[in-house]
Amino acid sequence: MNMDITQSTMIELRDAIAAKQVTAHEVTEAYLQRIAALNDSLGAYTQVFAERALQRADEVDAGKVTGALAGVPIAIKDNLCTTFGRTTCSSKILEKFESPYDATAVRRLEAAGAVILGKTNLDEFAMGSSTENSAFAPTRNPWDTTRVPGGSSGGSAAAVAAGLCAAALGSDTGGSIRQPAALCGIVGLKPTYGLVSRLGLVAYASSLDQIGPMTRSVSDAALLLDVIAGHDPLDSTSADDDARGEGVDYLDTLGQPVDKLRIGLAKQYISDANDPQVNAAIDAAVAQLREFGAEIVEVDLPHTEYGIATYYIVATAEASSNLARFDGVHYGHRTDKPEDLIDLYAASRAEGFGDEVKRRIMLGTYTLSSGYYDAYYLRALKVRRLIKQDFDQAFTQCDAILCPPTTHPAFAFGDKTDNPLAMYLNDVYTVNCNLAGIPGLAIPAGFADVDDHRLPIGLQLLGPTFSEARLFQIAAALIGDQPAPLADYRLPG
Amino acid sequence: MSHQLTEAEVRHVAKLSRLKLTDEQVHNFTTQLGNVLEYIDKLSELDVENVEPMAHPTSMTNKLREDVVTEALPIDKVLHNAPASDPPYFKVPKVLGDGPSA
Repeated sequence: MNMDITQSTMIELRDAIAAKQVTAHEVTEAYLQRIAALNDSLGAYTQVFAERALQRADEVDAGKVTGALAGVPIAIKDNLCTTFGRTTCSSKILEKFESPYDATAVRRLEAAGAVILGKTNLDEFAMGSSTENSAFAPTRNPWDTTRVPGGSSGGSAAAVAAGLCAAALGSDTGGSIRQPAALCGIVGLKPTYGLVSRLGLVAYASSLDQIGPMTRSVSDAALLLDVIAGHDPLDSTSADDDARGEGVDYLDTLGQPVDKLRIGLAKQYISDANDPQVNAAIDAAVAQLREFGAEIVEVDLPHTEYGIATYYIVATAEASSNLARFDGVHYGHRTDKPEDLIDLYAASRAEGFGDEVKRRIMLGTYTLSSGYYDAYYLRALKVRRLIKQDFDQAFTQCDAILCPPTTHPAFAFGDKTDNPLAMYLNDVYTVNCNLAGIPGLAIPAGFADVDDHRLPIGLQLLGPTFSEARLFQIAAALIGDQPAPLADYRLPG
Repeated sequence: MSHQLTEAEVRHVAKLSRLKLTDEQVHNFTTQLGNVLEYIDKLSELDVENVEPMAHPTSMTNKLREDVVTEALPIDKVLHNAPASDPPYFKVPKVLGDGPSA
C-alpha cells in the first residue's frame, strides 16, 4: 500500500479499495487512528463507532457489501437518525435517544457500501451558526482552533477539513452546510428542496431543511448526492425521481466547458461590509469564468436584505411546532419530580433545551400567537414569495448566480454568543436559498490572511431548482477536481 | 408593529411554549427577543398587499397513496425510549384529581 489514506478523496479511496490496492479495513483503521489522535482537541465527533465500522469494512473486503461507496468512511451529522449509537441533536433532551429507524439518507449510504465512522457535533437541533450551541462541547475550526468551524454542521465540516473522514453528511436549514463548509475550506451542497428525503432528519424547519454532502472535492459531492438523492414514499415532500431530469448523473457534467453559460452577479451580495478578501475571491472567479468564455451578467435581487427577518420568522414558527414533540412523555429527558402533567412538560423542556432552542421556540410561538400572526408570520410568507420571485426573475437572465457564502472568514469563540441577533445576521448570504427552495453550492476559494492565520474563504453558486448538475459543472471549472487541502492542524504543543 | 416586548409577555409566551423559565432567563430573553423583534419589524417597510403567501417551496399538492396496510414500528421499539411506560402505554402523572405522580 503506497497511498496516504487520509489525504485521499472519497472516490480515490473507493477506487483503490475496488482495485485491491488497499483494504477497506486498512482505510477504516487509518481514519480511526487519526480520530483517536485529533478528535479530543477538535470535538468534531460526539460518537465514534469503531467496532461497527471495522466490521462493515471487513464485509466490504469479503465481498459481502458492494456499491458505489464500498468501503468509504463517512461521518454523519447527529441530527440524522441511526439505529446504531444514539441520535442526540447535541441536545440534553435527546442525550440517550436511540432511534428505532435509520434516516433514508443513512440507509442509502449503507446500501451503497459506505462505512459510517461516527456522528458529528452540531448546534443543538441545528440552531446556530458556530456549533457553540452544542450541549456537549464546542467544535474547533481545524485551521485555527481559537475560532469556530461555523454551524450548524460544524462537526461534519471540521471532520472533513481535518481528514477525520473521507466525506460527511450535513443538514442545511438556513446555511448550515454551506457556511461551515466555507469557514473550513471544503465543498458543501444544500440540494434543491425535496431532492433528498428528510425522513429521519430530526425536523427543525420542515419547509427549509435539506440533507446534503460535505466533501473535499466537487466530484465527491456529486457522487454522494447521487447516492442520497431520490424519491422516498415515506417523505411526502420528496420530489419524484424525474424532477432531477431524465437520466441525470451528477458526475457527467464535470469537466464540460462553461463557455455557453451565463453567470449572474448580484450587487446585493457584493457589499462593502464584506471582508475585502471575500470580494477579491469573487473578482478572481469572475475573471476566470470570463477567460473560459462564460458570459457575466448583472442581476438584481432587490429583496435580499429582507431574507434574515423572513427566515427567523418562518424557521422559528416551524420550529415551535416541530419541537412540541419533546414533551418528556414519548422519548427524551423527563424531569424528576413534576407537580402535575403541565409541569412535567414545562420542566422537562426547560431542563432539556439550551437557551438558543428556547429563544427560537418562544420567538416562533410569539409570531404565531393570536394578534401577531398577520403582522409577522403571514407577512413573512408573503415576503418569502417576493424573495422567490427575485430568483425566478434572475434565472431568466442567467444560469447560475455567483456570490459569497459568508461575509467574513471564521470568527472567534464567544464573539457573538451574547448577542443572538449578531449571530443571526451572519446568515445573510445563505438563508434566501432555503426560503426559495433552490440549490446552493459552497466551494473553497483559497485563504484569507487574518491576524497571521490562514483562514479559508468560500464561493457560493446558486441555481434554479434541480440545477445541481450545472452547479457542479461550474464549480469543477473554477476549482478543478483537486481536493481541498487538509487543515494543517497539529496537536497543540 | 413596533412595540417594546415586556417581561410579562415573555412569561406568557413561555407558558404557551411549555417552558419553565428562571427570572434571569425571563430578563435576558426579554432583551434578546426584543432586539430580534425590533429587527424583524423591517418587513413592515414592504407593501405585500397583493402578494400570495408562500408556505412551502414546492408547488406539489396532496400526495395520495394506495390505502393499504404497511409495516409499522413494533410497540416495544416505540416504547423503548419512553421515560416511563406500562406496555402498551406511555405513563404520565394523573391528569385529573390529586393522584400520585408517575
